[in-house]
Amino acid sequence: MATEDDKGLHSKAEEFLQAFKKGAEFTSELMRENERLRYRVLQLEESSRGTEGRSEASEESRRLAARIAELEREKEEILGRIQEVEEENQDFATRYVEIEQENNNLANLYIASYQLHSTLDFREVLQIITEIIINLIGAEEFAIMLLDEKTNDLQAVATEGIEREDVPPAKIGQGVIGEVAKSGESYFVEDVESYVSDLSSPMVCIPLQIKEHVIGVLVIYKLLQQKSKFDPVDYELFTLLAGHAATAIFSSRLYSDSERKLSTIQGFLDLLTR
Amino acid sequence: MSEYKVLIVEDSPTMRQLISFALKRLRGIQICEANDGVDGLKKLSVEKFDLIFTDINMPIMDGLKLVSLVRNDASYKETPIVVITTEGAQEDRERALALGANDYITKPIQPNRILDVAKTLLKIA
Repeated sequence: MATEDDKGLHSKAEEFLQAFKKGAEFTSELMRENERLRYRVLQLEESSRGTEGRSEASEESRRLAARIAELEREKEEILGRIQEVEEENQDFATRYVEIEQENNNLANLYIASYQLHSTLDFREVLQIITEIIINLIGAEEFAIMLLDEKTNDLQAVATEGIEREDVPPAKIGQGVIGEVAKSGESYFVEDVESYVSDLSSPMVCIPLQIKEHVIGVLVIYKLLQQKSKFDPVDYELFTLLAGHAATAIFSSRLYSDSERKLSTIQGFLDLLTR
Repeated sequence: MSEYKVLIVEDSPTMRQLISFALKRLRGIQICEANDGVDGLKKLSVEKFDLIFTDINMPIMDGLKLVSLVRNDASYKETPIVVITTEGAQEDRERALALGANDYITKPIQPNRILDVAKTLLKIA
């Protein structure tokens, strides 16, 4: 009985051992499979990480491209602004030169006007007109002619570069000088450089007038060697001389006359009161 | 207080005023005027000047004589002299420069020309 039992027990143990061995083999196989799968997972993870990196790089690249485009736009704007500023700068430089020139012209006109009205002495007024024509206009030969209202003749009262006696008198309405005195319109030869000096037909003739009343003329025959043409300021000076020189001459003459009359009256009064 | 003293020797009041007017645009300029060469020499003998402007054609003593006398004076040997004249011929210019003038300006003058020459000779930026 016992032997039967021992045999049965031994058989079960054998079976169990067999089952255990199979279980152990299966476990080993599972572990290998597990190891293989883990390795595969690692491979896939690494592969996945590589894909993500490329995606991140692509994103960064897009961001940088957008930034570059933005900077390009900014650069264009700045270049445009620089160009605008340069143009403004050029405008300012041109304007500065113009203002400087205008300032010079105004200085000349101011000084001419100031000097013309600085005296009531007739001879001094003529001297100042002469100085203005030499120093500010640059004439070498010229004459100041005044109208004698009794004879209607224009006679030279002051000259520069030529003798007073050499300047022929002009009748109102006759010749270039007479026409200017009659019309009150300034006369300029068309081509200063080719002008040939002629005492009865000047290069320039400017009427000296108080409103519509012409009291004389300025006649220019020759410019200084270094002066080949008239500048815009010269025409302004001529305009100023036409009015202000006439007023200065007229005032100084009136003053001289009144001084002379006053002196005569004073002489009579002195005689009467003695 | 003025930094520079300038003497203008010129018989024409118009020119004196024009030169003064131009120079007054510079800061620290003190201007003294003389009617002719003799008057100019008198002023030079009592005062020290940094720059002299002189006309050529003047009564009593002309500008070239003044340039010559000033250049022979040890105390004014280095003082810049500018000649302003109606004489535009090259030989007139050379003569003035040979006598010791530093610059030569022909009339008609523009105030900015005076200003530029003064700035250069006084070394004003």
